[in-house]
Order: sequence, then structure tokens, then C-alpha cells
Amino acid sequence: MSFINYSSREINCKIVYYGPGLCGKTTNLQYIYRRTNPDQKGKLISLATETERTLFFDFLPLALGDIKGFRIRFHLYTVPGQVFYAASRKLILKGVDGVVFVADSQIERMESNMESLDDLQINLAEQGYELEKLPFAIQYNKRDLPNIVPVKEINKLLNHRDVPWFEGIAPTGKGVFETLKSVAKLVLFELKKHY
Amino acid sequence: MIGSDLVMYEEEFRKIDSELQKLHQQSNAKVVFLVDKNGQLIASAGETRDIDTTSLASLTAGNIAATGGIARLLGEKEFTILFHEGEKDNIHISLIGQRIILVVIFDQRSSLGLVRLRVKKSTEALARIFDEINKKVEKDKGEGPFEESPFAEISDEDIDSLFR
Repeated sequence: MSFINYSSREINCKIVYYGPGLCGKTTNLQYIYRRTNPDQKGKLISLATETERTLFFDFLPLALGDIKGFRIRFHLYTVPGQVFYAASRKLILKGVDGVVFVADSQIERMESNMESLDDLQINLAEQGYELEKLPFAIQYNKRDLPNIVPVKEINKLLNHRDVPWFEGIAPTGKGVFETLKSVAKLVLFELKKHY
Repeated sequence: MIGSDLVMYEEEFRKIDSELQKLHQQSNAKVVFLVDKNGQLIASAGETRDIDTTSLASLTAGNIAATGGIARLLGEKEFTILFHEGEKDNIHISLIGQRIILVVIFDQRSSLGLVRLRVKKSTEALARIFDEINKKVEKDKGEGPFEESPFAEISDEDIDSLFR
């Protein structure tokens, strides 16, 4: 649910990064934060445990620029990936405009990826959304690690809808902005359909 | 997309702004602001200069969402008022309808009683304004937009230019 403000000429959209624990959702946001001009970003807020695991969410407001005189702002959120934070994950999906699914490319994480994707679908359905109808992009992260599943295979496993996908190495930024840009585009075109 | 997007027009924004200014003054508060449940800041009044209002808005919405989750676990529909007491500043958070959050930050120059009283009055006024907005949005959908759509001619290049 975006917020279109004709008074301040702003459009605000919410993008949620979803995925299994330790897949690199927070790392995506941290990279975006580091590589964005200070005047385009707000504070990166992380509600994390002492061991830097996400407890509730990370939040990064981005003001990317103007389209037709309207300032376009994206609010990026991550969910806590760990299984037992299910209740919190549900809350963060409220009012989402677009979803990025960050998958962990390592062979031993495939099951977690699939579980998390199912979890996403169920949680969206509870809020009255269908993943099939939402702007959605997938990032196959950790492509620099040795024991990874070939992209073709992982794509067959996770990307049934054939949505835009990207290979990522989040700490170095590979694929990070490509993924964000792709989902942002989908969100804006979705808005265009309605206004 | 399920549910409706939040739309704000100039006329209603002015009404909301003046209602917030009034509440700010009458409750002796430091800052008053409105956030939607998804964490977007709608309007504010008072000494906002030293406050990161965007972060505050998102965290307040997170707070309300978490409290709402607790409420449902306990079989309550929602907790409509939250109050946090600090050493100097206090924060009073309340829900307007199902969609909007009203936040009042105040210190010893005011009191919880005064804030509660004034918030109650403003809530009614603000709820009416948001009803007006909803009606206008519905009308827009039926009769074509009331304001010129920013999306009318949006192109791939427009979006690419955001990421340069």
C-alpha cells in the first residue's frame, strides 16, 4: 500500500526483503546504505540481537529522485529470517508494495530457501495478498561461495513465476542495486496501472 | 493490489495540519505527528527539527504492529493507546480508525491527563477528515482522477534515471 501525497508531491512505497536466516537481507540493505548519497538516504535502523541477528526488522528510507515532479521514496525493510520469529515476519509484510526474495545459493540451504518461500506465500495470504500478483524479484546470493547450486537449478526450484532474478554477492554489492532497481520498476509500473 | 493506497490531497492536508497545530498547542506537547500503519509519516507539528521523523514513523508503526500482534494473541481486537514514560520525555500513541496512528511527545510542561483529553477531541476531528479523503479517493476511482496522475506517462527511462 503506497502513500501518494499530492500535497507534498511525494510517493512512498514499501519494499520488503524476505528470505531464510543468514541469507544476506541485512547485508543488502547495508550495501545500499553505504553506496547511496547522504542526501538521498535516512538512517539505517536495525533492531537486532547482541549477535547482530535481526530481531524485528531493518529499515532504510531512500529518496531516489523525481518523476514528473513527484519525489519517489522507497522504504526498504528486512524481516527476521530465523524460523521462530514467524509472528514478527507477518507484521512487517503489512502494506507491502514489492518483495525481494534473497535466496542462499549454498547446497545445504536449499531446503531453508523453499521453506522461507512457502512461509512468505502463507504470510502474504494471511494479509490478503497473493505473491503471484505482487511485484517480486529474486536474488541468488552468495555466488562467491564454493558449494553452491548452479543458477539454472536454483531458478527451477524457486522461481516458478519466472520473475526477474539476479546473482548476488551482497557484501561486495554484486547484484544488489540490480535487484532493487528491478523490483522498484515493477512497483512503479504496478502503481501506474491504478492511478 | 489488495486494500487501498493512502492518498493525500492538498485541501485535506491543510485541515490535518491545522488540527495537529491545534493539538500541539492545546496539549502543551513538544511534537505531534501522524503516521499511517505502514510506517509512512503523514504530517507533524512542533519541534521536529532535531528528530529523525522518518525513523520515528517507521518504529512507531512497528511498535503498533507488535502490540496489535500481542492483542490478538490475548483475544483483544487491538490496544488503542500506548504510553511510554521516559525520564524527560513521554510518548503517547493512539489509533485513529483502523489505519492512522497519532503520536504525541511531551515533557513536564504537560501531563498525561491533558494529553489524553486533547487527543480524544482531535481523534474525532481527524477521523472525520480521513473519512473525507476516503470518499474523495472512491470518487476519483469512479470519475477519473481529481488531480493529475504522476504516473500517466511514466517510462522506463524515468525509472532508470532514479538509479543514476
